[in-house]
Amino acid sequence: MSAEAHDHGHDHDHEHHHKDTFITKYIFSIDHKMIAKQYLLTGIIMGVVGVGMSMLFRMQLAWPEESFKIFNFLLGDKFAPNGVMTNEIYLSLVTIHGTIMVFFVLTAALSGTFSNLLIPLQCGARDMASGFLNMVSYWLFFLSSVVMICSLFVESGPANAGWTIYPPLSALPQSISGSGMGMTLWLVSMAIFIAASLLGSLNYVVTVINLRTKGMSMTRLPLTIWAFFITALIGIISFPVLLSAALMLIMDRSFGTSFFLSDIYIAGEVLHYQGGSPVLFEHLFWFLGHPEVYIVLLPALGITSEVIATHSRKPIFGYRAMIMSIIAIAFLSTIVWGHHMFISGMNPFLGSVFTFTTLLIAIPSAVKAFNYITTLWKGNLQLNPAMLFSIGLVSTFITGGLTGIILGDSTLDINVHDTYFVVAHFHLVMGISALYGMFAGIYHWFPKMYGRMLNKNLGYIHFWVTAICAYGVFFPMHFIGMAGLPRRYYTNTNFPLFDDLQNVNVVITLFALTGGVFQLVFLWNFFYSIFYGKKTVQNPWKSNTLEWTAPIKHIHGNWEGEIPHVHRWPYDYSKPGHDDDFVPQNVPMKEGEEQLHH
Amino acid sequence: MTTLLVLIVVVLLAVALWQLTKIFDLTQVGQNVNTTQVANDKDNNIQGYLMFGFLGFIYLTTILSVVYCGKFPLVSDSASEHGVELDSLMMISMAIIFVVQTITQALLHYFAFKYRGKQGQKALYFADNNRLEFIWSVIPAIVLAGLILYGLYAWTNIMFVTDEDAEDAIVIELYAQQFKWDARYAGTDNVLGKANVRYIEGVNSLGVDLSDANAQDDFVASELHIPKGKRVIFKMRSQDVLHSAYMPHFRAQMNCVPGMVTNFSFTPIYTTAEFRELPATIQKVSEINDIRAKKSAELVAKGQTPLDPYTFDYLLLCNKICGASHYNMQMKIVVDSPADYKKWVKEQGQKTIVSAVKAAALEAKATEEKAMPAKDTSATAAKDTTVVAHAEEKQH
Repeated sequence: MSAEAHDHGHDHDHEHHHKDTFITKYIFSIDHKMIAKQYLLTGIIMGVVGVGMSMLFRMQLAWPEESFKIFNFLLGDKFAPNGVMTNEIYLSLVTIHGTIMVFFVLTAALSGTFSNLLIPLQCGARDMASGFLNMVSYWLFFLSSVVMICSLFVESGPANAGWTIYPPLSALPQSISGSGMGMTLWLVSMAIFIAASLLGSLNYVVTVINLRTKGMSMTRLPLTIWAFFITALIGIISFPVLLSAALMLIMDRSFGTSFFLSDIYIAGEVLHYQGGSPVLFEHLFWFLGHPEVYIVLLPALGITSEVIATHSRKPIFGYRAMIMSIIAIAFLSTIVWGHHMFISGMNPFLGSVFTFTTLLIAIPSAVKAFNYITTLWKGNLQLNPAMLFSIGLVSTFITGGLTGIILGDSTLDINVHDTYFVVAHFHLVMGISALYGMFAGIYHWFPKMYGRMLNKNLGYIHFWVTAICAYGVFFPMHFIGMAGLPRRYYTNTNFPLFDDLQNVNVVITLFALTGGVFQLVFLWNFFYSIFYGKKTVQNPWKSNTLEWTAPIKHIHGNWEGEIPHVHRWPYDYSKPGHDDDFVPQNVPMKEGEEQLHH
Repeated sequence: MTTLLVLIVVVLLAVALWQLTKIFDLTQVGQNVNTTQVANDKDNNIQGYLMFGFLGFIYLTTILSVVYCGKFPLVSDSASEHGVELDSLMMISMAIIFVVQTITQALLHYFAFKYRGKQGQKALYFADNNRLEFIWSVIPAIVLAGLILYGLYAWTNIMFVTDEDAEDAIVIELYAQQFKWDARYAGTDNVLGKANVRYIEGVNSLGVDLSDANAQDDFVASELHIPKGKRVIFKMRSQDVLHSAYMPHFRAQMNCVPGMVTNFSFTPIYTTAEFRELPATIQKVSEINDIRAKKSAELVAKGQTPLDPYTFDYLLLCNKICGASHYNMQMKIVVDSPADYKKWVKEQGQKTIVSAVKAAALEAKATEEKAMPAKDTSATAAKDTTVVAHAEEKQH
């Protein structure tokens, strides 16, 4: 379809324009720009739910078993009698918070929004390779979100075996209440989610390979596209493995198979399961689970590369090294999953192997961090909110990434495994970093999406409060983890050993609540600006990439007339011999001008 | 009332934001309308300084966290032999992390401040430098190679028990279930009897195979006693879901997996009494007791019972989510002097599982005999006719 669009772009637009009804334009749209907006909106709604949950369980951790009216109001009499949160719903909140943030917000909404928006626009394509599959992908994602939200309302409570849903806990309703209907819906939702994610990923890969405009060689692609492309590839490799694990778990739960279960005595009886192993599930889960971290992070890094270069008015430093490091990270990410399992009971020799591969990832990561810093050096930094979030990302990426050296080392992992040290590490390096990447993307491409600008001063307030709160929450958390505090504890009051950490927990919660509430500033800015924001000029950030050559008003096929041809790489900022400090990719080379990448 | 207040606050917040937006708009009247939301020199200046200030904030957070969060960087002095090595690796890694963190954050935020944009300033066109790329690939690679080698060396020492060590070691089974721990001792033969959940019945709650010769002298304790200076090999089992045996003071942790036996071993180097006398422990305990005293005073004022003062004990915690009461699955560990340990084992060794099962059987029989004649309801009689018949026979 798009190949056809490529050829007769102009007529094609008009044909479609007349047929648009409300339903085909806003609901079952096959236009990538509309689908991107749909992903973003759904993601924001899920994000509000996920962040809200974290605020609730942080309150329980700071003031254990105290009564709050809001608990009773939100969780009801069953799960918060007299306003005191029960231990079961605490675990549910932790579980669903993790699931929603990792999969629904940082995987689907981040990739879904920006891959959809930018791949056709930055590659120079009329639309995705298959607009129909793209639509199906979004609606499957929407369906899985609905199922996940529904699972919050079942009688026995939502899933609460942790977002990693290790069996037997997740397999046996006798072991925890959430492993009944709640877990069934969780698994159904994830199965649909994976289908959605795969359809999306296939589309991204095909589009990047086949639908680049004339002159757009692979080494002239913006780093955003490289990141989305590689991310989609890892998704295609690893998500099916989680799907099979989920199906096997469903079999164990409902049809009496023993993939993951063996020799179990629970609630006064021996179960028939024999020969399975929970460790097998851990392998399958983390075979997705670890690449998943990079599925979340790489798009954020891609966005950051683009934003930092544009707002520094400087070429990204080490373009080829950046591509190589993305590829290296992606490759290594598929062979490091065992570092989540050093003490799972698997052969310790495997632990040695995974320590080796895991610590190798630090090298391409270090290259990326240093390249970002060097890009800032001697730049002319335009400190827009998008740029602040990108710098913030580099900061949290370094802070969070460094502690990975400790967790990736099997020896050190013995004592900090499953403590708050881990929680602090992964929240900074993938949670906060990816969230910053998403915010950077939203502030940067909002004009492209809605034709209006976000208010910059509200953006500044949003960034600074978020940045201070993020460090306020997760920096001290490393230390209570090193002091031995296990994660997923409803309260620490049963251990006098941890009494001296309680005031730290209060501080963390205060930062978390403040940070959470201040996201309202962003929500306000976002929804207000969609309708009443200042109208944008065509290329507000004076960027080089192709999306800014497309008209502000969205049209089918993206460009009136012919798709622009590409003559140079995307990072010719402040190039000597040009009057402006930017040279868009579609500007032909001057005579005798030197070409960096072909 | 509270709901109303909350609603009012939300409405006021919305109004405030709306007004704020308006004010921001008004301050920009007269400028080129279309680029008002792009950072200008003034914005760059303010944000640049804030970036530099943020560096101070990061350093401050670091210092405060180090000062206020327990004994840095670990929970306590190590109470096990391998833990000392683990701690030194931890210190080295931490030192490297702190150096790298301090430098890179400084560069990042200083550059963000120093090169904040100004009208007319032109950035340097600097796109590539192979030597630089090489330097910052190779330096991390060398540092990491060192850390990997040290880590693997320590890991091998900890996880692989040589036959020689094993011969002299004590074998103890850690048995996990929702939500308690048990320890099974191998008895005089130092070999644990076979076990499987399918043997679980009555007092034989760990599912020990009673017909196994090695099981005859096994006994179970709900408090884990181990001797100082001797290697202990833990064999871990779980009867229901995943658990994790976490002994932070010994730098020891291993998951308990239903359907398989996992291993971990260490050598304790301080008895409980000795560990309590370490200066770091004394300080930590007194800090905790200050906090508990304050809380107790509050509780007493409210008419509730005060908290007990805290005395240090080694603990075994569950560290893998295992159900609703996961947060309270713990067992006390006592490290005895070798002589005390011997005494304790001798005492406990009397209460073998086999003898407990036999005693329980006898007791059950006795209570049946005692209870039956007294009970004359026909329902019970009908249900247990064989027993009744048996008893009547005896009466005659």
